[in-house]
Amino acid sequence: MCAKIHGKRSIFYFFRNAERSARFAAHGFDTMKIIIVGDGKVGFSLAQQLSKEEHDVVIIDNNAKVLAEALDKLDVMVVAGSGASLKTQKSAGVANGDLLIAATSSDEINLLSCIIANKLGCRHAISRLRNPEYTEQLSFLHEELGLSMTVNPELASAREMFGILQFPSFLKRDTFAKGRVEMVGIKLKGDSELIGKSLEKAAGTLLKKALVCAVERRGEITIPNGSFVFEEDDTLSVTAPRNELAKLIKKLHIEKHKIRSVMIIGGSRTAVYLAQDLIRSGVSVKIIEINEARCLELADKLPEAIIIHGDGTSQELLQDEGIDNTDAVVALADIDEENIIITMYANTRGVFKTITKINRTEYSSLFGNKGLGSIISPKQLTTNAIVRYVRAMDNTTGGQVLALHRIVEDKVEALEFFADERTENLGIPLSQLNLRSGILIACLNRSGQIIIPGGSDYIAAGDTVIVIAEAERILKNLNDIFESEF
Amino acid sequence: MNYIVVLNYIGNMMRIEGAAMLPGLLISLYKQEYRSAYAFFITIVFLAAFGSVLASLRAKQKEISHREGFAIVGVSWILLSLFGAFPLFLSGEEQLESYLDCFFEIASGFTTTGASILTEIEALPMGILYWRSFTHWLGGMGILVFMLAIMPSSGKGGSIKILRAESPGPIVGKLVPKMRNTAKILYMIYIALTVLEVIFLLCGGMPLFDSLLHTFGTAGTGGFSIKNDSIAAYNSAYVDGVIGVFMLLFGVNFNVYYLLLTRQFFKALTNREVLTYFGIVGASVGAITLNTLRYFGGLGKAFRYSFFQVASIITTTGFATSDFDKWPEFSRCLLVMLMVIGACAGSTGGGIKVARLIILYKSMRNSVQKMLHPKSVKVIKMDGAVVDDRVVAEINAFLLLYVVIFLLSCLVVSLDNFNYDTTVTSVIACLNNIGPGLGLVGPTGNYSMLSDLSKLVLSADMLLGRLEIFPLIMMFTPMMWKRSR
Repeated sequence: MCAKIHGKRSIFYFFRNAERSARFAAHGFDTMKIIIVGDGKVGFSLAQQLSKEEHDVVIIDNNAKVLAEALDKLDVMVVAGSGASLKTQKSAGVANGDLLIAATSSDEINLLSCIIANKLGCRHAISRLRNPEYTEQLSFLHEELGLSMTVNPELASAREMFGILQFPSFLKRDTFAKGRVEMVGIKLKGDSELIGKSLEKAAGTLLKKALVCAVERRGEITIPNGSFVFEEDDTLSVTAPRNELAKLIKKLHIEKHKIRSVMIIGGSRTAVYLAQDLIRSGVSVKIIEINEARCLELADKLPEAIIIHGDGTSQELLQDEGIDNTDAVVALADIDEENIIITMYANTRGVFKTITKINRTEYSSLFGNKGLGSIISPKQLTTNAIVRYVRAMDNTTGGQVLALHRIVEDKVEALEFFADERTENLGIPLSQLNLRSGILIACLNRSGQIIIPGGSDYIAAGDTVIVIAEAERILKNLNDIFESEF
Repeated sequence: MNYIVVLNYIGNMMRIEGAAMLPGLLISLYKQEYRSAYAFFITIVFLAAFGSVLASLRAKQKEISHREGFAIVGVSWILLSLFGAFPLFLSGEEQLESYLDCFFEIASGFTTTGASILTEIEALPMGILYWRSFTHWLGGMGILVFMLAIMPSSGKGGSIKILRAESPGPIVGKLVPKMRNTAKILYMIYIALTVLEVIFLLCGGMPLFDSLLHTFGTAGTGGFSIKNDSIAAYNSAYVDGVIGVFMLLFGVNFNVYYLLLTRQFFKALTNREVLTYFGIVGASVGAITLNTLRYFGGLGKAFRYSFFQVASIITTTGFATSDFDKWPEFSRCLLVMLMVIGACAGSTGGGIKVARLIILYKSMRNSVQKMLHPKSVKVIKMDGAVVDDRVVAEINAFLLLYVVIFLLSCLVVSLDNFNYDTTVTSVIACLNNIGPGLGLVGPTGNYSMLSDLSKLVLSADMLLGRLEIFPLIMMFTPMMWKRSR
């Protein structure tokens, strides 16, 4: 995007701006320079994704050991030092950067880093901001500090969990088109009518007005075609208009259950956000927290909730507190392993719905089929939100990214694009389009009307288009889905 | 060990080597040297075919761990020299009848040593002369770094391990976040300096072919000349000056040039290693000028020859304008010391490297201080950044291996029963990638009289010196090749 701004490219220009020119020469287009402050879980995962998307990534962190590891594993540059120090930022080249992402565990350092970056001339700044007190001042902060975006992982995970608890029959819910379209995860149990049927047969009857985008089977994920036959234990990702979801549940005979009581284990910030949402919608909430002081704080913040002081990993305590009669268990302890054990236990006690918070995503492949129920990874939610922002920033040729969700271990992405006049192939029926392999157009939203497209449908300017793609193809704008002509 | 990825890289390396021989083929055809044209043609076809087969193998996963990084670099450099010797061997020249001699000559080229077994250089066909000198240019910055710059798939994680294994110096970092762009910038600077030197030499009236080949020798800090008398053949103070200055420039850490280009002048000009390097050069030129005043019979002449020789030796190039073997003992001794010190890390030069010596000096100072104040805590800093203990330990291990290899090689070469000067300096000159030593292997001599065993050992020393020991030593560790990771 900077190619046009700089204009003439003389040999002197090359040397003055060697770095940018080399980037230009390497890719034929200008990639972005992104500085990530904080090489923690989120920082590393962001660096991994963004360097894969050909951006120039510089990581700043205090800890030389984790930096060395990042340098070994990723094609990035590292700078040791505090991200909130001017000197460090200067040596990381923030002044000619396009974006700074502050993802340390401290809000204050994040904000300070963003302010410095802004003053140095970095074009965009994103900060992780978790303290609710700061979040309240968000609009104020945006304007005064030049923040482009703030991310609150706890709040985002709480919202995600709340969404799942509203439709507990689904493993996962991702929304598109301002909530009009949803992509849900459905696990096929032994008695499902879909088992043994091909997608072609099922499409007309059971899956009317819905589209199977991806199927996960034993850790392998496929974008299915008409002859695909369903098996037991397949996890389907299905897109459907929101008002069709209830019908879908009925037609597929998925067990339905209204959540009236939820037990949350671990009284973290996420728990507070989630409890607030649940209480507001009339669900009774019980929180088990091991730290007494924290229990008192929770009791103060959430007067309607029942706060239990005790060890949530103790089966005895869970039984005493009525795990058998609760509709849903949400495991939000700090340690992934504890969460996994808690939900496994809950499942053996026959709890209808369980949600597990897992930060180390490599675990999800281990436990994906072991009945852990829904899995939420705050790290991934944060990464996805920021990657979506970066891709939208990147957009030069039309078809901006509106939403980005990743399905199963980052192997498949679901993206929502806005089609504008610059989008190619407008008005041409989908059956005549030359799409790249591994790409599926799942849904069109034409001014509020939801179309699950067939061969005769077409993309029109002003539509939003939901596309399913293998994650190796990095789609930055809508035109990337078409096979290039040369 | 992911063998297929290693083979992919080696295949690509072979294709690049084949492409680098093409000008040799064209020059031979133009000069109607059909025998060497045929030699080039056969080699190019072989490299292209075999390389393409290896490069087209499909790897399940393309990650490079430390192990693959070392394997790629170690195996590539050995094969590079083995295949690079084909055109020389096939050319049918009388001086190049033994394959071992050809291997020695080309290994000496790629490792930028410049030690030659040729007695009559000027008698060789032009194509062969081109190839011999061009190996210096390729080997100087590193053929794998070149590959990283042009191969699209090399952006994957782990390619920094190749840069680390191939580039000289204790601490190898990137200039910009993307490996590929770092490699590109390094080569851009390299090419720019090369072009500049060619222009300067042309201005001094040197023919184009000679200018190009001597520039290749300077840029890679190699030292192959196309004249029997090396640079002395031109007998021009201007040529001496240009080549002398450019040798010193190619011995500077290339990161400094990048800092200059990005206008970080303060950082560039206060670089500790480069300052020390120029300090050593200045002091040595002064001392040798004074010492050789009587030998040359004039300050101007003494300065001209000492400056050129110091630049040539400390950068490990090995060009000669005067027979320094006949200089006073102090000067000879000082030059041998400069051979061991070598140029800056991150340059095209060889030797132990100034950066290593600075870190060693600081660590020694700290040790002494710790003996006096046993509870004192000290860190070693270089250009404002703390040097990790691991780096210091690696430098110590490097130095130990260096000494062991040096002593063992001396023992082997001593079997040829030459005098002490010849034996010791031949090993020093090869291990540090200089070329000429003292005695029989001095500036007027060559390596042709050594036995095959000595030539083999010295070839190995050259490769060990260029790759800074570890990647090659790793080749002979059984642990390296075990399947389990």
